[in-house]
Amino acid sequence: MQKKKKSKGLLFKITAYTVCIILAILSLLPFWIMFVNSTRDTYQIQQDALSLVPSTHLFENIKILQGKTFDAVKGLTNSMIISVSSTVLTVYFSALTAYALVAYNWKLRKPFFTFILAVMMIPAQVSVIGFYQFMYKIGMTNNFMALILPSLAAPAAVFFMRQFMLSSLPLELVEAARIDGSSEFFTFNRIVLPIMKPAMATQAIFTFVASWNSLFLPLVLLTDSEKYTMPIMVSLLRGDIYRTEYGAVYLGLALTVLPLFIAYFLLSKYIIEGVALGGVKE
Amino acid sequence: MKHRKKISYSKYGYIFSLPFIIVFFIFSLYPIFYTALIGFTDYKGIGVTEFHILENPLQNFEIILKNASFITALKNTFTIWIMNFIPQILIALVLTAWFTSKRNKLRGKGLFKVIFYLPNIITAASIAILFFALFGYPVGPVNSILVKLGIIDAPQYFLVGKTTTRIIVAFIQFWMWYGYTMIILVSGVLGISPEIYEAAEVDGTNGLQAFFYITLPNLKTILLYVLITSMIGGLNMFDIPKLFMQGGPDNATLTTSVFIYNQAFSGSYMYNRAAAASMIMFAIIAVLSGILFYIMRDKSEIKIRKEAKLLEKQRKLEAKERGL
Repeated sequence: MQKKKKSKGLLFKITAYTVCIILAILSLLPFWIMFVNSTRDTYQIQQDALSLVPSTHLFENIKILQGKTFDAVKGLTNSMIISVSSTVLTVYFSALTAYALVAYNWKLRKPFFTFILAVMMIPAQVSVIGFYQFMYKIGMTNNFMALILPSLAAPAAVFFMRQFMLSSLPLELVEAARIDGSSEFFTFNRIVLPIMKPAMATQAIFTFVASWNSLFLPLVLLTDSEKYTMPIMVSLLRGDIYRTEYGAVYLGLALTVLPLFIAYFLLSKYIIEGVALGGVKE
Repeated sequence: MKHRKKISYSKYGYIFSLPFIIVFFIFSLYPIFYTALIGFTDYKGIGVTEFHILENPLQNFEIILKNASFITALKNTFTIWIMNFIPQILIALVLTAWFTSKRNKLRGKGLFKVIFYLPNIITAASIAILFFALFGYPVGPVNSILVKLGIIDAPQYFLVGKTTTRIIVAFIQFWMWYGYTMIILVSGVLGISPEIYEAAEVDGTNGLQAFFYITLPNLKTILLYVLITSMIGGLNMFDIPKLFMQGGPDNATLTTSVFIYNQAFSGSYMYNRAAAASMIMFAIIAVLSGILFYIMRDKSEIKIRKEAKLLEKQRKLEAKERGL
């Protein structure tokens, strides 16, 4: 009986580890091939597109890439400006809005919260035509503000912040600050925000990543190549001028993936925790 | 005794939510209504700023609903979503059962989670083009692997086949999202009270029984949440199908979002038709999020309200009896 149980456990472990290792290889191999091929030249890739050992042609590929439409520095700068500003706006104003929902008793509080829940799932795609025409009329296409300003109102982030505040913001603290004569706005900035740090960090990571990766709206709004973000730059690699520049295409992709890779492996603990938190929304 | 004047702070609720409300109305609500309006007009062509309501305001909607490409796009969107969701939820459930198993503790769970979630954080645009390169013909890593392993004799051009391309797009979506789903499900299982499992163990249930009779029923809400958010996300699938094969071959991976984009921002600039298509999608999404909203509503709060009502009733009844 004991033996049977043991062998059963062993079988379970062999199966589980095998499947997990296969899945892990599946997750990593495409990126590994990408990084390796970005150091190989067209001839090498034509001979054999699959190699696990890096080669020596990285600088040639950089030169080829620089001579064409793909401009990594410009793409990175533009994406950085948009993503950082969006993240700051989302994090600060979501916390402020959540504070309004948690700390004060106002007549429209409940309807407002219901409204936030209701619009949480509306994606940008359904209003894109109206949004584009509106921005066109007021001359804000090719203007980063059209992508940054809307992130001030992020319903999902408000919802998340509210849930966090309900469980970890002692309202007595706010009361005590009032007695000390602190103004409401000052209380929020100096007492509430520091308590909200963990929730703000989680939201900051996810807002940044979403903004950094977003393709649809920037593709619609930004037509001036000076304004291209990283994902639009990437989409250029699909063009005909790169048809035979295999190494350079892989290098372009690697350049867009590398910053995310580094950030991910540094922050992975917080990111995984954040994803898990997002699911417990009961 | 002097009564200290009580200050009302409620106005701050309005003041602090005002920035959100203003920005939301300008940048989200107004564009939705504007899109709806454009759906009823003759608005098309680049640089045109004037438009009129059509004699038959529903004309665009009728045209779109009869449009063969739109129907194809709807079908594709649904097919690709199903082909990605079923394996995704199954793998995620199996991994969840393994990762939360109390009898057989696996090592390296943290590392596996990090690796499985990785593709989700990478720019979808980059992933689409990376897979386009991986499946390249005649030069491509996938062809190299398959030839080396002896599965095929010569390189294949995978991306001419309609079904093959659809399967690859669905696979990319699966590959990007199963890690996310698994993490959410694991956190859901960890939220189930351990006492239930302990009690079951005393009763002599085995691991499989515990999974089917305790874990799954307790995960119902979270499973529904995953299902509906994934469905809404699937309806908006754009980056991968657009950049992987531009909706092709022969419209095989044309999704509704790609259709809307193509109608409005390339070729004929049919803003009105694209707007009508957006509104049809909006209606579908509204129904879905309505269901989600119903599931996720604050259950504890509803309970409290119900109890309060009951108390009120009792009080009234008592008052009546006393009156009698």
